[in-house]
Amino acid sequence: MERQQDYVLRTVEERGVRLIRLWFTDVLGQLKSVAITPAELENGFEEGMWFDGSAIDGFSRVQESDVLARPDPNTFELLPWAEDDENSARMFCDIENLDGTPFEGDPRQVLKRNLDRARERGFSFFCAPEMEFFYFGHGDPERPLVPLDSGSYFDLTTADVASDLRKRTIHMLEGMGIPIEYSFHEDSPSQHEIDLRYTDALTMADNVMTFRLVVREIALERGAYATFMPKPLQGVQGSGMHTHLSLFEGDTNAFHDPDDEYRLSKVGRSFIAGLLVHAREITAVTNQLVNSYKRLIPGSEAPVHVSWARNNRSALVRVPLAKSGKESSTRIEYRSPDPACNPYLAFSVMLAAGLKGLEDGYELGPEAAANVFELTDEERAAEGITGLPQSLAEALDEMERSELVAEALGEHIFEWFLRNKRSEWADYKAQVTPFELARYLPSW
Amino acid sequence: MIEGVHMEPLLLFPDPAPPELAQCLDLAGYPWKAVGDELAAERAEPDGGWDGAIICAYDDPERAFAVARVLRKRDQPLEPLLLLISGTQLGDLELRDDLFDDFCLNPFHPRELEARLKHLFFATGHGTRPELVEYGDLVLNLETYQAAIEGVPLDLTYMEYELLTFLASHPGKVFTRETLLSRVWGYEYYGGARTVDVHIRRLRAKLGEEHAGLISTVRSVGYRFGQSRWSG
Repeated sequence: MERQQDYVLRTVEERGVRLIRLWFTDVLGQLKSVAITPAELENGFEEGMWFDGSAIDGFSRVQESDVLARPDPNTFELLPWAEDDENSARMFCDIENLDGTPFEGDPRQVLKRNLDRARERGFSFFCAPEMEFFYFGHGDPERPLVPLDSGSYFDLTTADVASDLRKRTIHMLEGMGIPIEYSFHEDSPSQHEIDLRYTDALTMADNVMTFRLVVREIALERGAYATFMPKPLQGVQGSGMHTHLSLFEGDTNAFHDPDDEYRLSKVGRSFIAGLLVHAREITAVTNQLVNSYKRLIPGSEAPVHVSWARNNRSALVRVPLAKSGKESSTRIEYRSPDPACNPYLAFSVMLAAGLKGLEDGYELGPEAAANVFELTDEERAAEGITGLPQSLAEALDEMERSELVAEALGEHIFEWFLRNKRSEWADYKAQVTPFELARYLPSW
Repeated sequence: MIEGVHMEPLLLFPDPAPPELAQCLDLAGYPWKAVGDELAAERAEPDGGWDGAIICAYDDPERAFAVARVLRKRDQPLEPLLLLISGTQLGDLELRDDLFDDFCLNPFHPRELEARLKHLFFATGHGTRPELVEYGDLVLNLETYQAAIEGVPLDLTYMEYELLTFLASHPGKVFTRETLLSRVWGYEYYGGARTVDVHIRRLRAKLGEEHAGLISTVRSVGYRFGQSRWSG
């Protein structure tokens, strides 16, 4: 047996762990869990845990639906909350077909495959997302939402419930080995942001899944409700998941060039160019809900146009200023994703777009000069600035035409995702909304 | 600073030691020193004598057997001596039974090598590896893979545990990221060398504010556990 597995077995024994939760993620990014007892663990390592995947979104296939969950011992972590006073632990799983090959519908395997491609070129891929979310008094869609506070950006709302929730959340995340860079009250009432410190993309995708669970659990514990829905309140900022990206070659930041005006290397420039060229194609994955597109509107901090800039927060790609002498901190920030995405798939398509730029030597155009919002359509056209898709339907059209996304996700997930999301759009489109009644009923 | 049972290093031939062998011994908690020939073996011998030897004979059998012969023909023959050979060399063992106590086929399985060493040390009554690594309030139990600080168990992932064990077994010594990556991870990992920084940060978070300082960053070099060797 491998030493990692021995470590897990011994720790389960020594720490009196009664239940091991095997975690994996469906195609839509929902966390799934199968609980096993310590007695089943050794067998789980050796043979994998067999289960019927047909009920799980994106797992079902035409002929057979049996798959194996193989726990990754490197992700073994004791859960800091006791369940019925008993210790429990979790491990993320890779999903395999019964013959041991990676299961095509497993988002974690998709990300691993994309990371392997980067590694073949000598790169390791790092991510650091800024997670935004809202706290509400309840999660009942039938009743009006109640923000927990009416604070605003960076407000120090002493002794309010939400700050206390955030503090507890951070404490628990740190205890689970998820270090936090910053946390603060965001722009909108009851909106909060917690920035995760960078790590390799696979660990980070696992961390995002853990993060969403911890934030929601701790809110529930205090009788509140946390949501990662991109735009829960009309008229105020929505929640984004701006993601900082960098590529390293060993110990060297591949995006950094000390002699460049922007301290950006050729690799960094081509990577940005790749993201910009393919931005419209990958948007359905980074912004996968009908609701996601209510956030991507003019007049807010969310990007609407495909452009890049250093210190212009309306740009889709921002290049934060790297402090001199801190070459390792050179990175780019991709600003369209929202926290309701599937992090495994979102990181996969961002990486694939950037790598495509590298492989084909895309040239990066000039930085967007002014605030892109203030330009006229003609001025934007003259600068070659296109827009991000304005609806899920438009994003799906772009995705469907994209070889890049098909290759990054694999045919199985690519097709299932399009089918599932088309039907989500059809359901939405069939709605007659209060907006329409208010606007049209009186005059027509 | 390591308390518990002390052990003199194992002699390793050749120098530099094959990385997978070095990693296996580090993870198992055996101290070692690589030597390139008989002369170096004599010069580097610790005051208490070598506690055993592992001779890799698959690259340069002739020199390897020569070194083994010298070590075994001393007044006090060096034992236990384990040979690492390739599968095609089994014939070479004939008539050389006096040169070794056990052998293992290369590429070796780390758990097999560990088990063989453990048995050899038991059989020859030589040094046993330490079962506890202690430093101040920190205790690591190498048998059960458990770490505790002031008696409170630390919830560590596997790699966090391995990194902490490696660092705490070499207090005061500064390691570069590359060294830590090759000794502790030992394989191509998604993160590359930056992974080390990430894990150090996670370890510090789990050690808690009061003990985070056990691991210090040595600017533009790497990391050190505990006090510098030079600051007393």
